[in-house]
Amino acid sequence: MEFDTGSPIWGQLVAEFSRRIVTGEWPAGTKISGVRDLAAELGVNPNTVQRALAELERRELCRSARTAGRFVTDEEARIDTLRAELAQEAADDFIDRARGLGMGPDHAQRLIEERWHDHHADTPAGA
Amino acid sequence: MTTTPTPLQEREPTMPDRQALVSVRDLTVRYGSRTALDHLDLDLPSGQIVGLLGENGCGKSTLLKTLAGLYADHTGVVRVAGRPLGPASKAVVSYLPDRSALPERARVSYCLELFEDFYADFDRAKATELLASFGLETSLRLKEMSKGMREKVHISLAMARRARVFLLDEPISGVDPAAREGILDGILRTLDPDSLLLVATHLVHDLETALDSVVMMRHGRVLLTGEVDDLRAEHGASLEQIFRKVYAS
Repeated sequence: MEFDTGSPIWGQLVAEFSRRIVTGEWPAGTKISGVRDLAAELGVNPNTVQRALAELERRELCRSARTAGRFVTDEEARIDTLRAELAQEAADDFIDRARGLGMGPDHAQRLIEERWHDHHADTPAGA
Repeated sequence: MTTTPTPLQEREPTMPDRQALVSVRDLTVRYGSRTALDHLDLDLPSGQIVGLLGENGCGKSTLLKTLAGLYADHTGVVRVAGRPLGPASKAVVSYLPDRSALPERARVSYCLELFEDFYADFDRAKATELLASFGLETSLRLKEMSKGMREKVHISLAMARRARVFLLDEPISGVDPAAREGILDGILRTLDPDSLLLVATHLVHDLETALDSVVMMRHGRVLLTGEVDDLRAEHGASLEQIFRKVYAS
């Protein structure tokens, strides 16, 4: 993945790992790769990966088993909440930009409906 | 716009920090009338990858060579893992110079033997594994290799020591971007979590996501240090942009 080097990397890793959990790239209940493997895969500092995973743990999106390693939460309800949060963030971003372009809510809603069908988006990307 | 960032860590000028794996106090190195390192203070903890940045001639290489125990002629106090510079410190320091010290005509297999003979802490299995991950045959001679391949041999050898401190001087310069990524992956995969990696580079962009913290030098002194993610948050800029701003002022 490409990072925005103008803002802290650990936050971008939290976002990336959250995306992986929501899209099922990291399925619920499965083991997460070790810190060093993730660091090498992403080309980032191992301590930064560690920090991001600790934040994921704090948000109860994963848990550590002392010897067995780290696992994605097996609580689907938590993952659904995360999905809702991420979707809300995306909606907020869109609203901000639409407003910035002088769009009203009706217009914005119509636009989303039109574009939604254009994208053949009956299934969410990544699912 | 061109405000100079203040150093994040005020360094105590007195006793060496016990927590620091590398501790430097009032280090001065002169080449004749030229001062390469000018009363330099620095503490570096274990478990970090630290970028050593600065313009050519700012003293980066001299600092690495001194920490490697190659300059007896200095003033000041340096401790590496609590040891004064000398055979005891050299035993825990793996230093990769910016110029190759290996014989051009040698095969990789011979270089492995050389390191095995020379360094008690050399982990041949680890070196072989790294070389394999880079897709390098040990039967090849160095002179038959591209610059990128040779650099990978050097990295494999240097990183395969069970050292506490790794000092790499411009390890990826002169290597194409694709190979740089591979080298970085190799380093990130093999680095012991309790050791310290200090890497001098002018390729800020290529290393910036791999670093914990950074030491920027100028005129033989430390200009700025800090954790990279903190600097990014503080300046709202990439390390490369911060670097340019600092050196433009």
